[in-house]
Amino acid sequence: MSKRRPYVRSMDGWWRKNPYFVEYMIHEGTALFVAAYAGILLTGLLRLAQGEAAWNAWLSALQNPWYICFHLLALAALTYHTYTWFKIMPRTMPPVIVGGQRLSAWAITGSGLAVATAACFGLLAVVWGMAR
Amino acid sequence: MAEKTIEIEVLRYHPEKDREPHRQVFEVPFTDDMSVLQGVQYIKDYLDGSLSFRWSCRMAICGSCGMMINGIPSLSCQTFLRDYYPARVRVEALSHFPIERDLVISMDGFIEKLESIQPYIIPKEPRTLEQGEYLQTPEQLDAYEQFSSCINCLLCYAACPQFGLNPDFVGPAAIALLHRYNVDSRDGAKAERMELVNSEEGVFNCTAVGYCSEVCPKHVDPANAVNQNKTNSAADYFLRFLAPKGGAK
Ligand code: SF4
Ligand code: FES
Repeated sequence: MSKRRPYVRSMDGWWRKNPYFVEYMIHEGTALFVAAYAGILLTGLLRLAQGEAAWNAWLSALQNPWYICFHLLALAALTYHTYTWFKIMPRTMPPVIVGGQRLSAWAITGSGLAVATAACFGLLAVVWGMAR
Repeated sequence: MAEKTIEIEVLRYHPEKDREPHRQVFEVPFTDDMSVLQGVQYIKDYLDGSLSFRWSCRMAICGSCGMMINGIPSLSCQTFLRDYYPARVRVEALSHFPIERDLVISMDGFIEKLESIQPYIIPKEPRTLEQGEYLQTPEQLDAYEQFSSCINCLLCYAACPQFGLNPDFVGPAAIALLHRYNVDSRDGAKAERMELVNSEEGVFNCTAVGYCSEVCPKHVDPANAVNQNKTNSAADYFLRFLAPKGGAK
């Protein structure tokens, strides 16, 4: 008879066992802020469809200090989310060959972040221009 | 001068007498050139001959001495006690695998996966001896070379929570090797291997934690192989609507 009796360890609390996993859970967790913010914007759209009064009420509700706090929090979470997203980008794509050389991971992450930042400020400038 | 010593805490498990693993601390003479592997070898040679662990090359190439060292998947021959001294060092069998005995894991599941990916070249066009060897350009070699450096040490599996949660997941090293053959210009069996990539056990178990590539001692970057194949799998899925009969399944 076989003496084998392989012991399977439990996975309970796996993400607390390694700082790398804790960070993973945090950066995945920031996605909840992305979802929440999308929810806020959708509500705005709904209010807009309901007419001027509803829209203005929504706008003044946004002035609430709690809402402003939430926006600051969401901004921080989304910035971190963006950073981690581009940080793993080089791991997710085929090698990019430029001039016979593989593009380094940092070059890919850096360009991704640069494009995202430029797009954010570009959009901000457009909206700013329209609102004036 | 009194001899310096270091404490090594080992997770022990003997299937014939233990219901579950337990910790045991050994005090081992310390010199600053000692690897963790040498530490456990000292225990086996002088303190407790029943301690079981795997090793062979002691130069980071055979891939057999992987252990959790202070919770991090590591090759014990390449990890040095001096980096922990004077604190105690904790060693445990690689996470996410069943413990066979002490620091020895059961590799059965991995071996099956390795077989299932057909880790050998299945020639696109069979050549006779007279036709000579297959030629490859440096670029064609570069496409797969990194993925061929895998030493099957399984640190990446011990770093993959998705494999821990679903042991059926083909997992990082096997997918890296699968990719190694799929992108080899001499190979012609990509369509067969893609069935495994696309399957329930395939690449979509991965949530891009990325720790596998972090711990890999050979810079294979298995996460890259897995994630490239998510794209390949999606392409496979959509292209079959376009392809006439005989497209990828
Ligand atoms: S991919 Fe790296 S960590 Fe995984 S088995 Fe191969 S050499 Fe080890
Ligand atoms: S003993 Fe061979 S890799 Fe460590």
